[in-house]
Amino acid sequence: MIVIAKAIVIFFILLGAILCLIAAIGVLRLPDVYTRMHAASKASTLGVVLILVGVFFHEWFLTGVISAKILLGIVFIFLTAPVGAHLIGRAAYNTGVKMDKRSVQDDYGGFRNFVIKRKEDSYL
Amino acid sequence: MRKIDTNDMLLQVTTKITAFIILLFSLHLFLAGHNNPGGGFIGGLMSAGAVVLLLLAYDLKTVRRILPFDFIYVAGVGLLVAILTGMGSFLFGAPFLSHTFDYFQLPFLGKTELATAVLFDIGVYLVVVGVTMTIIQTIGEKE
Repeated sequence: MIVIAKAIVIFFILLGAILCLIAAIGVLRLPDVYTRMHAASKASTLGVVLILVGVFFHEWFLTGVISAKILLGIVFIFLTAPVGAHLIGRAAYNTGVKMDKRSVQDDYGGFRNFVIKRKEDSYL
Repeated sequence: MRKIDTNDMLLQVTTKITAFIILLFSLHLFLAGHNNPGGGFIGGLMSAGAVVLLLLAYDLKTVRRILPFDFIYVAGVGLLVAILTGMGSFLFGAPFLSHTFDYFQLPFLGKTELATAVLFDIGVYLVVVGVTMTIIQTIGEKE
């Protein structure tokens, strides 16, 4: 029984660590800000969450403690990391960071200088 | 400098959810400080962090409408609470800042250890929140 528990813990933590490594390689290898943000936000979010799930199972199976702090951390990282990546990417676009030269389409280009004039145009 | 449109819907909606999680976690840190890592200082810093997140997502005027008090008075009240808990030990003939604890039967929590050090920690918490928010608001107001 304890072997199965350890195998589950090892599986989650190793998978999370490998995903974080893939995210780091993606940040090094990809050409521009937006593709790097794509690699860094998604892969490292899932990687950190999987490591936290592994630690949660470790606490639960081997010491019998159900740690609500780790569950809260999982929810928090899932909520905030993509929003942080969105804000960094949008700040990069709004300050005029160029896309890679192999990009073929920029659908947001027409809206670049869009300023909210009427109240109906705002989403808030 | 071109004017950048400020449609921060994603940030504002996420802030509405995460600010409550951060405040709850700061309360947990504050109450856990006696037996676990945590306490008044780090709890106050996390509460101030939640308000700073509100300041980032909304503007200074909105946050002032949400929390309509001057944070320098919060720091003052915290100092007063800390000094009064120190002087409260005079009533029992003990030296300044003496602390004690006892076990009580509370309605839902059962047998709970209540220490007077928590009252001092409330003072520390209020001072940290007040000073941090005063610094950030005065820097943010400078044009």
